[in-house]
Amino acid sequence: MNSIILSFENVTFTYMQEDESVKPAVKDLSFSIQDGEWIALVGHNGSGKSTIAKLMNGLLFPQIGKVEAMGKLMTEESLWDIRSQMGMVFQNPDNQFVGATVQDDVAFALENNGVPHEEMVVRVKEALQQVKMADYLDHEPHHLSGGQKQRVAIAGALAMRPRLLILDEATSMLDPQGRMEVIETIRELRKATGLTVISITHDLEEAALADRILVMNAGEKQLEGKPEAVFRSGNELTNLGLDLPFSMRMTHLLREVGVELQGEHMTEDELVDELWTFYSRK
Amino acid sequence: MMEKMIFGRFIPGDSLIHRMDPRAKISFVFVFIAIVFIANSAETYGILLGFTLLVVFLSKIRLYFLINGLKPVFILLIFTFLLHIFFTREGELLVDIGFIKIYEEGLRQGIFISIRFLVLVFVTSILTLTTSPISITDGIEVLLGPFKRVKLPVHELALMMSISLRFIPTLMDETGKILKAQMARGSDIGSGPVKERIKAVVPLLIPLFVSAFKRAEDLATAMEVRGYRGGEGRTRYRQLNWRLIDSLSLVVLAGLAGILVYFRL
Repeated sequence: MNSIILSFENVTFTYMQEDESVKPAVKDLSFSIQDGEWIALVGHNGSGKSTIAKLMNGLLFPQIGKVEAMGKLMTEESLWDIRSQMGMVFQNPDNQFVGATVQDDVAFALENNGVPHEEMVVRVKEALQQVKMADYLDHEPHHLSGGQKQRVAIAGALAMRPRLLILDEATSMLDPQGRMEVIETIRELRKATGLTVISITHDLEEAALADRILVMNAGEKQLEGKPEAVFRSGNELTNLGLDLPFSMRMTHLLREVGVELQGEHMTEDELVDELWTFYSRK
Repeated sequence: MMEKMIFGRFIPGDSLIHRMDPRAKISFVFVFIAIVFIANSAETYGILLGFTLLVVFLSKIRLYFLINGLKPVFILLIFTFLLHIFFTREGELLVDIGFIKIYEEGLRQGIFISIRFLVLVFVTSILTLTTSPISITDGIEVLLGPFKRVKLPVHELALMMSISLRFIPTLMDETGKILKAQMARGSDIGSGPVKERIKAVVPLLIPLFVSAFKRAEDLATAMEVRGYRGGEGRTRYRQLNWRLIDSLSLVVLAGLAGILVYFRL
């Protein structure tokens, strides 16, 4: 179980190498992700998040260092093999919908990898059930909400039965309800299959659900650790341009005015729980 | 006006024609277009018209709906009809009112050409009305399959077509949004002289182009990540089903051609 599914080793990437004045988008970055983990990669705009996503699936190759995925070094040759075990969902729900209908879109990756027809039908159905979109087989993309489209995109990735799912800002263009739908889907998927998930986001509420958080700033890894630990360094995060989750900010503010709260609260429910038992525990 | 136009629109249904294989339907239409030109007499044109009406009936698309939707085409039809009537000067003189002279041959030609036109428009409309654009694309891809040998990028063409079809509503939405955004900034597209109106379209088109290119780039990335490497080694999710009815339709068509040739001899 405890095998490494993806690792970066001293990775540096610069967009325009010739130009000395351009700073590297990713600088000397190392990290590794275990099978079955949920990792959140957070950082504000320009912190190198999207570049990291592109390095993960071989859209870009590092100039220094190496990227390994599924136990293989990322090269032009191993690229397609690695990609077939790695699902990826992007930011804009419309621009990643290739098929004319939901089922065509889910089948797209399967078609590309030459999966036989009978197998495809089974997998498309299965993947759509996993994201609760099985009733929408023949729907066209413009009749779906943003959240539904993203769930279809997740199904499209799941149909390949990947070992790793990367969400590149997958919830950032959605309304709160769509965001909830997608996050809920991921949680259930994780519970059911133990899929490894990397979510790249600037939403710390989403990141709070992960097992481990990597905070990026200006192409470098700033912080790494469990959400509780990372959030404890409250001000540092705020300085990096990240918004703490509401419940955490509330906790900090309550402390400032002298309410002696016990823990750090990742979710509103936890905070509420402490608050309503606060008086009796004293 | 756009809602009424049925040119290129697809009406989902469950008729015999709807359920036919797109390959059969496309081949049928092409062969039919050729056959129409065999007809040269009242009987043969009558048969063609009857056959077409039968096809319309089988497609369960209401004739009224079809005629109503093809109104712009009828203007063209009447125009050609009149052209033939007034400018063919053969046969017996039928009407002679001052400068208007209508000859028998002119009337005959006018009617024949109109029927030919009508029949062609009806049958091709039935094809697009009963076949979803994506099925048509599938059909074309398979039918053009043999041309892969001469290096025609058949798969790529079909994929291009299906992606364009898929993005039509998305880009329509986008156009609407840009239009509203420009209107909110005081741009006036609906009125003024033609020159002004054309000028007003430019700030509409440029943002649309920019966003279309952005979308294309995103889409290309998404496709690549999902393992798209061109047509080689790809399997197809959509399967086409050639059934007895499809073969039968082509047999019937051959029969029709036979009858028309017989009358002509």
